[in-house]
Amino acid sequence: MDDLLQEFVAETRETLEALAGEIVAWEAQPTDGARLDAIFRFVHTVKGSCGFLDLPRLSRLSHAAEDVLAAVREGTRAPDTALVNAVLAIVDRIGEIVEAIDAGVPLDDSSEDLLVAALAEDARPVSHNLTNTGHRAPARSVRLSVDLLDRMMSGMSDMVLARNELARRLRDEGSDPRVEAALERLSVTVAEMRDAVTRTRMQKIEALFSALPRMVRDTAAELGKTVALTLEGSDVELDREMIEMMRDPLVHIIRNAIDHGIEMPAARGRAGKREMGRLTVSARQSGNQILVEIADDGQGVDVPRLVAKAVERGVCTSADAERMNDAARLALIFTPGLSSRDSVTSVSGRGVGMDVVRANVEQIGGRIALSNRAGQGLAITIQVPLTLSIMPTIVIGCGDQRFALPRASIDEIVTLRGETVRIDTVGDAAVATVRGTRLPLVTLAPLLGLTGGAARTLAIVGTRDGSYALAIDTVLDTEELVIKPAAPAVMATGVYAGQSLPDSGLPMLLLDGAGIAAVAGLHFDRGIMADEVQPEALADQQVPALLFDDLDGQRRAMALAAIDRVETVPVGAIRRAGGCLRLTVDGAVLPIRLVGDLAGRDELPVLRLTDGSSEIAYGIAEPLDIVALPTEIAPARGDGLVAGVVLIEGEQVELLDPLALFADAESVSAEPALCLLRDDDAGWMNVFLRPVLEMAGYRCVSRIEDGCRPAVTLTMAAGDAGAPADDAVPVVRLRRERTAPLGTDPSIYRYDKDALLSALAHAVAARRAG
Amino acid sequence: MELFLIAHIAGRGVAIPTEQVESVVDLGDVVAVPRAAASVRGLSALRSRVMTVIDTGTALGIEPMPASSRRAVITRVEGHHYAVLVDSLEDVAHFEPLPLSSGLALDRGWSGAGKGLVDRDGDPLLILDLSALVPSAIKALAA
Repeated sequence: MDDLLQEFVAETRETLEALAGEIVAWEAQPTDGARLDAIFRFVHTVKGSCGFLDLPRLSRLSHAAEDVLAAVREGTRAPDTALVNAVLAIVDRIGEIVEAIDAGVPLDDSSEDLLVAALAEDARPVSHNLTNTGHRAPARSVRLSVDLLDRMMSGMSDMVLARNELARRLRDEGSDPRVEAALERLSVTVAEMRDAVTRTRMQKIEALFSALPRMVRDTAAELGKTVALTLEGSDVELDREMIEMMRDPLVHIIRNAIDHGIEMPAARGRAGKREMGRLTVSARQSGNQILVEIADDGQGVDVPRLVAKAVERGVCTSADAERMNDAARLALIFTPGLSSRDSVTSVSGRGVGMDVVRANVEQIGGRIALSNRAGQGLAITIQVPLTLSIMPTIVIGCGDQRFALPRASIDEIVTLRGETVRIDTVGDAAVATVRGTRLPLVTLAPLLGLTGGAARTLAIVGTRDGSYALAIDTVLDTEELVIKPAAPAVMATGVYAGQSLPDSGLPMLLLDGAGIAAVAGLHFDRGIMADEVQPEALADQQVPALLFDDLDGQRRAMALAAIDRVETVPVGAIRRAGGCLRLTVDGAVLPIRLVGDLAGRDELPVLRLTDGSSEIAYGIAEPLDIVALPTEIAPARGDGLVAGVVLIEGEQVELLDPLALFADAESVSAEPALCLLRDDDAGWMNVFLRPVLEMAGYRCVSRIEDGCRPAVTLTMAAGDAGAPADDAVPVVRLRRERTAPLGTDPSIYRYDKDALLSALAHAVAARRAG
Repeated sequence: MELFLIAHIAGRGVAIPTEQVESVVDLGDVVAVPRAAASVRGLSALRSRVMTVIDTGTALGIEPMPASSRRAVITRVEGHHYAVLVDSLEDVAHFEPLPLSSGLALDRGWSGAGKGLVDRDGDPLLILDLSALVPSAIKALAA
């Protein structure tokens, strides 16, 4: 506990120092929401920490201040001078108490009632006397600032560079073996040092996890719940700074999980869950990312309630909410001051927390993801890079320059020669299709204004919003780089994340994957943001389509999205088989649709269309161009394959409906199902049923010819004579009686036409599916 | 009396206040920074630090410095190191800074960077503020 207290004191002191500027700014401008949020987070964090460190005085002060600040955030109180003063007095007091805890000296608590009272709306200002907390106890451990570690790290880099320089000089000037041996020893030492310095920044995540069992136990006990905590992956190592930065988010999430997620034991019993809630905190390393998952088996987030609150608070309109997808709705939980809970507890529940959590995680270059199962629990995954300053990168060549790309941002690297990659031009945008996935394509060289070199490789770059393919010349190397921020003029380009000085001695720029996407003008669906701009975006967005001359001489167009590719096939590959025209291509047989004849042709361009699962082909005379479809489409009459008529360059063009093509192909390929009428009733079936069935698209036979298998057999329930039933053929039985006999008789009254047809259709469909 | 470094930029003599000057060097290879403002010639390494190299001619709105120019004055602005290219360096000497003569119309980049005059044996030299040559993030965005 002592360690935790030390940590708390050190952290609070550091935050207070950082907060000093914010406080002054807020005092000057009390309506500034950002400052307010910063101070709010501070008191909230203090409240959270001292809740489990058992510091009732701090808890009381911070809770009181938080209440008032929450009221200001909600707009129910105006941040006037008295209020600002009272809050600042409390923040000062927190600082004093923290110093007193650290120094181990008692501090008089008489004035704290006054401080809390001063927060009331009608309070008079109180004069606040700063108490001198006296001497500070000598530190028991050395707290190294990360700055110092950074300097050690950059000193290491310098040493490596100097060694390289020395080695080069010695090589140039002919070498003395003794000098070489000394240099060799130096190299080994430098490498070891570098390793050690890197390791000084690494710490086991256990340092973070060790405080959790107690915290979970205390928090749960406070709320009258029982929670079993499982910790996994305590030995995962990550950057010391990362651990410090992860602490607050983790504490917030766990407290939220216990308070909001896990239900009271009685409610859990009613929901059929074990009374003891389960909470799992696990860490694992994935590449150079650390994933920390906090999963509970509680009630999950009540999304409709959350949306309702968001609308009520004016975060979004209900129309916005309608348009949001599930993920965007769930993401509302990150809105400052929004909670799905109405009640306020001393543990959490004012909606603070998740916005703080996300801010903290993103500050260290991490991402946070939610996986919500209503009624069954919530899993929150925090993904952070292993370390801030040393970054595994991939060095790429573009033109005659080298750049680094963070390895974490690259999902995959593929060469353009491979079979799996195709590049198409859609409108004026390029699209790369990598193993069936379409990605926007950005070619780096022209984006950077570099010439020379051909794009031969694709790096699939993942950003927070989506992935895209980045065409680069070559991949040269992978290298661990010490990344420093670049000058403002360099960062202003938006495409760099920093600069580095690799062992080559030539500076290298680190590309920013998300920045490149933004500069290239790629738009990904971005939850609420995207939804809000959608109406305008839709108006501008034009659907690209392929314009072609069809076989009957008509000029037609089809939406490009439906076309997988256009290729030329020999006419001989098209045959009429099994009731429809089929095209043999790439070892597969596809239904093909032709609207004219093929006389005089040896070859034929065909559009290969796919709806994701099945594929069909459409023969055309000649592909012409890729055009943007106008938004106005005159609806078609008659031919079901034409969705409408559009005006392209002053010419009427029929727009084909891929949906109809697929629907058409399905029905063509479906041969009429063969229905065996096993009639023992003097031809009743043949006379009465047969016309009905043939109208419904069945082919009826009374006897099975060789090599022919019926799709379904119809028989009378009573007289089941004749050949033994083929097990593979479903049987529909008919009965003469209007009412069914007792028991589970599946037979159908023979004049109930609807029931009969539906039973037949089911039987045929079931057999086809099987 | 203040200490000034006398340099030549685009054929003109200028006086640079020495408190702005960290060192005077001959740069090694310069790596270009695509998409950056035209006055950013690139990055160069100097004693394991990365310098942002400023094409002084472009920054002043005159013609760009020749590609071969390597001599630079190192200055530090807001925590970042910049290498400001110069034609040549002449001297370090004490001068009395004088205000810009009234009616003296400096144009282009000179107007922002000129902070006064010194008189070197009857020869007026413009006092150059190096930090005014460094493109800020905002200026670079506007460019």
